[in-house]
Amino acid sequence: MMYFSRLKTMLILLICAAGLVLSLPNLLPGLPAWLPLPTIHLGLDLKGGSYLLLEVDMNAVVKERLDGLVDESRRALDRAGVRPFTVVAQPADNRLLVKLGDPSRQDQALSALRGLATPSGQGISSRPDLDFATVPEGITITLSPVALNERAAAAVTQSIEIVRRRIDETGVVDPNITRQGSNRIVVQLPGIEDPNRIKELLGKTARMTFRLTDENANISSPVPPPGVDFLPMENNPNAKVAVRRRVEVDGGNLTDARAGQNSQTGEWVVNFTFDSIGTRRFADVSRASVGHPFAIVLDDKVISAPVIREPITGGRGQISGSFTAASANELAVLLRAGALPAPLTVVEERSVGPELGADAIRAGGISLAVGFVLVIAFMGTFYGLFGWMANLGLLVNLVLMLGVMSLLQATLTLPGIAGVLLTLGMGVDANILISERIREEVKNGRTPLNAMETGFRRAYSTIIDSNLTGLLAHVMLFFFGSGPVRGFALTITVGIITGLFTATMLTRLMMVRWYSHNRPAMLPV
Amino acid sequence: MFFRPLFRILPDDTHFAFMKARYFGLLTSAILSTLSVILFFHPGLNLGIDFSGGIVMEARTPGPADNAKLRTTLAAQGIREPRLQRFGDASQVLIRLEAQPTEAATQQMVTKVRTALEQAQAGTKVLRTDAVGASVSSELFHRGLFALGISLLMILVYIWFRFEWEFAVGAVVTLLLDTTKAIGFLALTRIEFDLVMVGAILTIIGYSTNDKVVVYDRVRENLRKYKSMPLRELIDLSINETLNRTLGTSMTVFLAALPLALFGGATLSGFAWVMLFGIVVGTSSSSFIAAPILLLLGEHRLRRDATVPPAKTPVKAAP
Repeated sequence: MMYFSRLKTMLILLICAAGLVLSLPNLLPGLPAWLPLPTIHLGLDLKGGSYLLLEVDMNAVVKERLDGLVDESRRALDRAGVRPFTVVAQPADNRLLVKLGDPSRQDQALSALRGLATPSGQGISSRPDLDFATVPEGITITLSPVALNERAAAAVTQSIEIVRRRIDETGVVDPNITRQGSNRIVVQLPGIEDPNRIKELLGKTARMTFRLTDENANISSPVPPPGVDFLPMENNPNAKVAVRRRVEVDGGNLTDARAGQNSQTGEWVVNFTFDSIGTRRFADVSRASVGHPFAIVLDDKVISAPVIREPITGGRGQISGSFTAASANELAVLLRAGALPAPLTVVEERSVGPELGADAIRAGGISLAVGFVLVIAFMGTFYGLFGWMANLGLLVNLVLMLGVMSLLQATLTLPGIAGVLLTLGMGVDANILISERIREEVKNGRTPLNAMETGFRRAYSTIIDSNLTGLLAHVMLFFFGSGPVRGFALTITVGIITGLFTATMLTRLMMVRWYSHNRPAMLPV
Repeated sequence: MFFRPLFRILPDDTHFAFMKARYFGLLTSAILSTLSVILFFHPGLNLGIDFSGGIVMEARTPGPADNAKLRTTLAAQGIREPRLQRFGDASQVLIRLEAQPTEAATQQMVTKVRTALEQAQAGTKVLRTDAVGASVSSELFHRGLFALGISLLMILVYIWFRFEWEFAVGAVVTLLLDTTKAIGFLALTRIEFDLVMVGAILTIIGYSTNDKVVVYDRVRENLRKYKSMPLRELIDLSINETLNRTLGTSMTVFLAALPLALFGGATLSGFAWVMLFGIVVGTSSSSFIAAPILLLLGEHRLRRDATVPPAKTPVKAAP
């Protein structure tokens, strides 16, 4: 305990030096760019900004898949010629129910429907994404859980991408978009005090479709005919348009969309360009339907329903529909970024203005400084020279904490500052244990050297026991906790580890060095 | 000042007979904890927005805040029962709304409050918005409790592993008593119970465990050292021997948390007050609760020959 090999001494000093170097970029912000050292990030509660927790509507994902499947089943049954039949989606059970008019043709229908399944999963776990079963009422087609999970995961991944694109369009600096759990997305927007515009932008799925209308449908009838929806007009919710469900061209086939002004009328419009597939499809549809109206539908609302005057083959088009400059621009942004696979809901919002953040930093800083001074004064007063050595260790501990947190590129939050303060108070516990123990050993009549040796050794098991319990607790809190507690748990965890190092290595080294240099007849305890 | 300690917290050879007060200590603790449990159910914890869900907005008005006008504009927006509260200086106001049935409704509410604030006093600045949906808040609550539970479990497993079962039971019971008191303190002071408070309670538990471990460590050591000292004397001796350390550490932690309570601002001061309370409780419970329980449980187990008079000279402890 009283002997430090040269190597060990060097190692201890090296760790301290490394900590200092790593913590420097935080203390001197004007460091040259050729030194690419990581720094601690300030949490949004300290620097101001918005935190949004979005939830992907998984019911919508299931519903959309089922709706698609209804159409596919109808076509498959039509082709097999097993009329009459009805197909009903039962979203609560993730399944479709097919009822046949002629039950004796069940086998024929079943084999026609089986063709709809596609493999999901990979390798040996690969299996069809649909489960077929015959029940007394008819045939059920259930989405298999594996395929559903896959679809859900894909929907979240795609949503993250779309969210990122939309936010990038707004020019927010350094947004942070990450997945949380199975169906949530965390969006962090530094410097954004009022996230309203972003929320509006993310609140739209922006699924644009070009569809034909059904001119024969009776718009006043309560139930639309099969394959047709009565959708409201965007600018007049009371006016309905009978729109065919079948999507001719999808917004996914757009390559560009820009807001602009119509050169003749001066009204705001959105000009768009199709990709090659979109161009071809649109050309085909418009050629076949000259003289008929088609509908441009955005999120189940009809933006406009113009009549096709001539085949549109250039792959370019214009959407007009009582836009303002702002709304035309927004639509263009949404179309460029692409459609969300499912609606997003904001389930948690936290935004802090920079003023409050600055207040928090000031309050945290003052508390930290006062707390540090109080602890140092206490240790100096009650533990003398060894107390001052502990204080030096405490200072190094602070530097090391900063260094490790930078290395981890951790985020410092307001509760994190509280964690730093508490580790300062608890960090000297090891030093107190050692000092008290040495004092006892001196009282027991040991020589200074012997007392220090025994004191260190006996204090150690206690130090380990008492620190390990706290460490365990906070590591668990970090892994299982959520939100601000994690920042707190992280700083305390780091602080306990660095504190153990400074108290049991660095201050011990100082004490041993001091002893071998002075060979005192009496210890300052 | 820079060489020898200026003061000692207590003289070295104290002989406080802590075990004399064991029934008093246990009884007091039991009463306080029972009261805390009652407080927990009535009036209950003041759940913060993290756990209750709802909206909290902090705004700064250009002049002194006109709460009456603000209330009427909020009512005009169809916002019922907003809680308005002065916060900091006269121009700062805190608006609280109950959790809305759906997430979308919560979001609409945020927009409405923003509009109302601008209408009531033009130039009002929203400094902070927290809006937590109902599903998220209950999830946060359960996750918080789960994290707390699993951390507590880890501490217990560790103590169980390192000490005889009498120690473990003593520690567990004491920690439960400590935790209930901290909860009672929260209920009594109406300090908001939010996510950060989960951290505070866990830190109190960690700190309290640390304190018990140090005393228990000494008891264990003395059990080997003084082969025939009655357990009661031995525990008293162990507490007295570690008393300076116990007070020293509790004071440093206390001093570190104190500025946080005084200058830490709204978010951290509640946290720090709970910490301070926990430090006092955790320190005293080592001597007055954990040690008596150990005595009660271990009297005939840890020390079989309690009738043999104590040895005058300590037997050298085996290394």
